[in-house]
Amino acid sequence: MKVVQRPGMKGPEKIYVVEVLKGLWLTFSHVFYNLFHPEKLPTVFFPEEKKALPPATRGRHRLMKREDDSPRCTACMLCATACPAECIHIQAAESPDPNIEKFPEKFDIDMLRCVYCGFCVEACPLDAIRMDIPEVTVAGYTRDSLVYHKEFLMDHDNKDVVADYNPPRPVLWTHGPHAKP
Amino acid sequence: MTPMIDPKTLLPAQVQDNSASGLDAAKHKDKKDLVFVNLGPSHPATHGCLRALCALDGETIVAAVTEMGYLHRGFEKDAEVHTFQQVIPYTDRLNYVSAIMNNVGYCKAVEKMLGITIPDRAMVLRVITCELNRIIDHLVCAGANLVDLGALTNFWYAFNAREKVYDILEKLCGARLTSSYTRIGGLSRDTYPAFADEVKAVLKDIRKSVAEITKLVSKNRIFVDRTQGVCVISKEKAVSYGWTGPTLRACGVEYDLRKAEPYYHYEDFKFEVPVGTHGDTYDRIFVRLYEIEESAGIIEQALRKLPKGPVMTDDKRVALPPKQQTYGNIEGLMNHFKIIMHGICPDPGEVYDYTEAANGELGFYIVADGGKNPYRVKCRPPCFMNYAAFHEMIEGGMIADAIANLGSINIIAGELDR
Ligand code: SF4
Ligand code: SF4
Repeated sequence: MKVVQRPGMKGPEKIYVVEVLKGLWLTFSHVFYNLFHPEKLPTVFFPEEKKALPPATRGRHRLMKREDDSPRCTACMLCATACPAECIHIQAAESPDPNIEKFPEKFDIDMLRCVYCGFCVEACPLDAIRMDIPEVTVAGYTRDSLVYHKEFLMDHDNKDVVADYNPPRPVLWTHGPHAKP
Repeated sequence: MTPMIDPKTLLPAQVQDNSASGLDAAKHKDKKDLVFVNLGPSHPATHGCLRALCALDGETIVAAVTEMGYLHRGFEKDAEVHTFQQVIPYTDRLNYVSAIMNNVGYCKAVEKMLGITIPDRAMVLRVITCELNRIIDHLVCAGANLVDLGALTNFWYAFNAREKVYDILEKLCGARLTSSYTRIGGLSRDTYPAFADEVKAVLKDIRKSVAEITKLVSKNRIFVDRTQGVCVISKEKAVSYGWTGPTLRACGVEYDLRKAEPYYHYEDFKFEVPVGTHGDTYDRIFVRLYEIEESAGIIEQALRKLPKGPVMTDDKRVALPPKQQTYGNIEGLMNHFKIIMHGICPDPGEVYDYTEAANGELGFYIVADGGKNPYRVKCRPPCFMNYAAFHEMIEGGMIADAIANLGSINIIAGELDR
């Protein structure tokens, strides 16, 4: 047990000016330190300056592609089932490729509902969805613009991604002829 | 203009019955010109959506009634329509200042229900992250409380250190505030290589900022006069209201679940439980500042004994198989589908489990009916009890002290209203 001490004020400390001056001494030491070490200031001048997002960041979603640019997703609905915000809407259709059974005709993520939990990524048995685009300021003018469709989610060829959100890639893929490591 | 009203017709029951509130009603009995003021619900000084309707005689609060529910999101109801795993992200939003402690509290309850023991590494990591969260919670509370008293500088000193803790948590769990770090049966991910060194470095910053805050305020006449002997609550009252955590300890009751009912091997850590002597605002602030030091000590010990090994149990009922198996073989894939589609289904029964969160005892009472969703989740938020006593603490005091007191009992509306 440790009891909270009450140091109390003695002599000149009771005249509060003395303590205020001591306090000012401390704050001014910070002021001068910051003045001469501006690079160590904790402030980030957002949005001009942006902090780099670390590898684990759960950013914006993207849908992974096969070699022929078709979605890797097979519309198994696991992500939609695991999603606590119920914000993934998938409409499955028969795939034109005879080696693949289903594909998502529609794949919408309602970013207005998404809580960025990452459960969809964890749930996907195909590594078809990842959350590694470092965009955390999702904004739009209309509600519709914040429902991300399949085309938008798959359009990430020229986008930066943060490294390794997902668990390590498997060495061997056993999911059909179009799979790529 | 406040109209002239007969206060007797408007005042809440407890004001007329002065035995309950300990209020000197006789003194104000004949007052006809009380002013009624709403503290909150949306006012920066209330740190969240809380409302206290105060009857003022000058600047003295004659009577107060508190009201809550402005931030009610229906957490408990939501939990009933989601699976056991899906509740985890919701718990982030309870006490959003120390999100991981809620994750841990909830997962620990479900694990108790399922009879799962988590691996040692996961346990120690939960202790480390919880204590980091306790530190930032206390920094926020003390910093914001001092802002209420007009001492803005402390806030920056507290928040600089907190920012660095958040950087670590962000690397650890992928998000700063809404961590969703734990899973039923362990943790979502292991640490990154530089974790231990960064935590040690941040502890140094935290200690420095606590020392600076103490230096700035502990002998400052304004602070001392405004906090010592203000909004006092007695041990007995605090216990009868069901207080726990730092606010109870500030009244002089040495009760900490980490000592009283140790979990996650807390009994093996060396730490002290700071207690106050008077139960006033000063004690509540300083118990927190002292606790930061103790938590820093726990983290150092935990880092020293952090064992190697997995962070997730291999219990097939709750743990998703390693990705290698999900991608690579049919058993793994089926196991994966089974857990996601059918969820975790504990046997019918009920469980109450508790952890010492930053504000006090955070309890989860869960009833399962054998399905994948909990039948009922009841959360025992520590703030709720603190806020229940709020009206009694501020009656008879000045309005500015009420604000200072509200900060010191650390009401987090997300947790209060659920
Ligand atoms: S991050 Fe969470 S809330 Fe968002 S789509 Fe994925 S599972 Fe749903
Ligand atoms: S879990 Fe993966 S494969 Fe299944 S529907 Fe979602 S994105 Fe597609």
